[in-house]
Amino acid sequence: MAVRSDVLRVGAGGVPLTRQRESLWADAVRRLLRNRAAIIGGLIVVGLAILAIGAPVFAPKSFSEQVLTDNNVVPAWIPRVFPFMQPYARISDGYPFGADYVGRDLLSRVIYGARVSLTVALVAPLISLLIGVVYGSISGFFGGRTDSIMMRIVDVLYAFPTLLFIILLMAFFRNTYAKPDPGTVAYAISQLDQRTGGLLFIFVGLGITAWETMARLTRGQVLSVREKEFIEAARTVGSGNGRIMLRHILPNIIGVLVVYETLAIPAYISTEAFLSFIGLGVNPPTPSWGIMIADGAPAIRTYPNQVLLPAIMLAITMFAFNFLGDGLRDALDPRLRGTQ
Amino acid sequence: MGRYIIRRLLWLLVVLLAVSLVTFALMHAVPGGPFNREKALPQEIIDNLNARYHLDKPLPVQYALYVYEVLVPQLSDIPPGVSQLDDALINIRLGERLWLKWMNFGPSYVSSSRTVNDIFKDNLPLSFQLGVMALTFAVTVGVPLGILAALKQNTIIDYAGMSVAIFGVSVPVIVLGPILVSIFGVVLGWLPASGWGAKPPWTMGLFPSEVNLDYFRYACLPVVALGFGSTAVMARLSRASLLQVVREDFIRTARAKGLVERLVITRHALKNSLIPVVTILGPLFAALVTGTFVTELIFGLPGMGKYFVTSITNRDYPVIMGTILLYALFLVIANLVVDIVYAWLDPRIRYN
Repeated sequence: MAVRSDVLRVGAGGVPLTRQRESLWADAVRRLLRNRAAIIGGLIVVGLAILAIGAPVFAPKSFSEQVLTDNNVVPAWIPRVFPFMQPYARISDGYPFGADYVGRDLLSRVIYGARVSLTVALVAPLISLLIGVVYGSISGFFGGRTDSIMMRIVDVLYAFPTLLFIILLMAFFRNTYAKPDPGTVAYAISQLDQRTGGLLFIFVGLGITAWETMARLTRGQVLSVREKEFIEAARTVGSGNGRIMLRHILPNIIGVLVVYETLAIPAYISTEAFLSFIGLGVNPPTPSWGIMIADGAPAIRTYPNQVLLPAIMLAITMFAFNFLGDGLRDALDPRLRGTQ
Repeated sequence: MGRYIIRRLLWLLVVLLAVSLVTFALMHAVPGGPFNREKALPQEIIDNLNARYHLDKPLPVQYALYVYEVLVPQLSDIPPGVSQLDDALINIRLGERLWLKWMNFGPSYVSSSRTVNDIFKDNLPLSFQLGVMALTFAVTVGVPLGILAALKQNTIIDYAGMSVAIFGVSVPVIVLGPILVSIFGVVLGWLPASGWGAKPPWTMGLFPSEVNLDYFRYACLPVVALGFGSTAVMARLSRASLLQVVREDFIRTARAKGLVERLVITRHALKNSLIPVVTILGPLFAALVTGTFVTELIFGLPGMGKYFVTSITNRDYPVIMGTILLYALFLVIANLVVDIVYAWLDPRIRYN
């Protein structure tokens, strides 16, 4: 096994011999920019974000308007790709990728669907990070009995079959807040959920089930930093627990945590798609790629375009986040290259 | 080691109690009951049904009754010739007419002639077979792929293998399922697009009674759809782990003493590199077992997946509880087995 050239350039203590010592972040950015897959992933994510924000501009039609006479129509190019469709396909060039079973424009729905997936990709990690970091740092920082009790709770939560649990949670939310009386807290929550097209409960469901790994990771990181000299120094000059935690420990560990959360984004996206697929996700007619796959799946033998378009979009998004996450991890912690 | 296992088993009990408590609270918090129908039943009938299933008792009493039925083995006196009701998961014959029954998950409210254990017996084996086949697929394809990629690092083989792996991680079952169906089931017509090649009754309660080519043809698409993601995880992990191990000192020592490269890899590197791979088998098994739900819904397979989702909408409390508890049991035992295998593989680890 040949020794890699970049290993040769590193001297004792991992300090590069051939170049100026850079700060962690500058070094990471340089490594990230050199990673072509990560750049492509990042560009796709930015593109999707623009698509999602500008959905009203890009979408040629409304995502919810049903033209029942146009149900299942396809543009002329689709029967050419799937020749078996020729005997029955109804051609209409008003829809670039065809219309679904109630005559809604597939392209417009897919574009609006990017909003759901990207919002989940942004908010779910934040919730998980918030709960997990607070929980994990309290546990790791105070140690002792607090630590063992808090970690036992996490152990118990680990034993929940996550997917089953989240299905149960979603059913709970969807039914409990279905028809609340006006003026109550439940009513306010349900209104907020309605406004977001059902996203609020998806966030809560994902957040409740996804923070345990982050809590364990944070605890481990806090434990490794807690005994360092600079923490002792901070304590000697009279810093309190809160200050040490926020100003000294957190900045030292947050990089790793953010990277791991980035790696988890594809899992959140696919969980949302799955929940929408089984009808517990976003509220119709809000378009989510999961709902579109569920709508298109029964017609897969006759109109494969209806299921393939959202499926391909979902796959591209997952690819992009995976590439970006891998690149970020490699950039911040080169020793972990290729793990996970 | 023995003490460690006993402690873990006790801990398992605590975990299952906690899981059951949270599930119980959550499902009873969902408004509506199992006997709310579109065409409302007369109040007397609902009252009778509630009384029959102890639903008229306060919630803590209901929970205690449930835990008692599931946890505490019951002696039951069944005269010979009387066919016994399969209400318990484990039935042990003690004497002429004495049976020990353990883990009675109760009746299903919706299909009143069946117990939860009947549902398990008919539908769980399919999920089990699907999950086990997917895990086998993931291990037998993923690990060699990862090892090959590591041994040929930075060659075309490595890049090709890792591209497949990143594809696997990026394409969830609800995407891969329809794509596989449309390619192999619809356009090419090589494989059946839905259905399962075996039916109850199951051999030994878990396995198909007849395994033939048709069985595997039916299993092909769902197993690949479910197992592909895990294959990718296995491949990436075993590659990374082997790459790390071959840089260790003891490998250098083995090479320095003149050992043939083939022996260095097979005797020294591989065994050590498999340790992290084994540890991930627990979580992976968990992901696959619950992942069968998604796959079953997509391929229209009559496993536990459909039952779980419909049992929630029907408020079929015992089915919900039974399913979640059974899967939690799977997870905890899988993790325990992994921990023990871990200690056996790596003598540096001792549990005390």
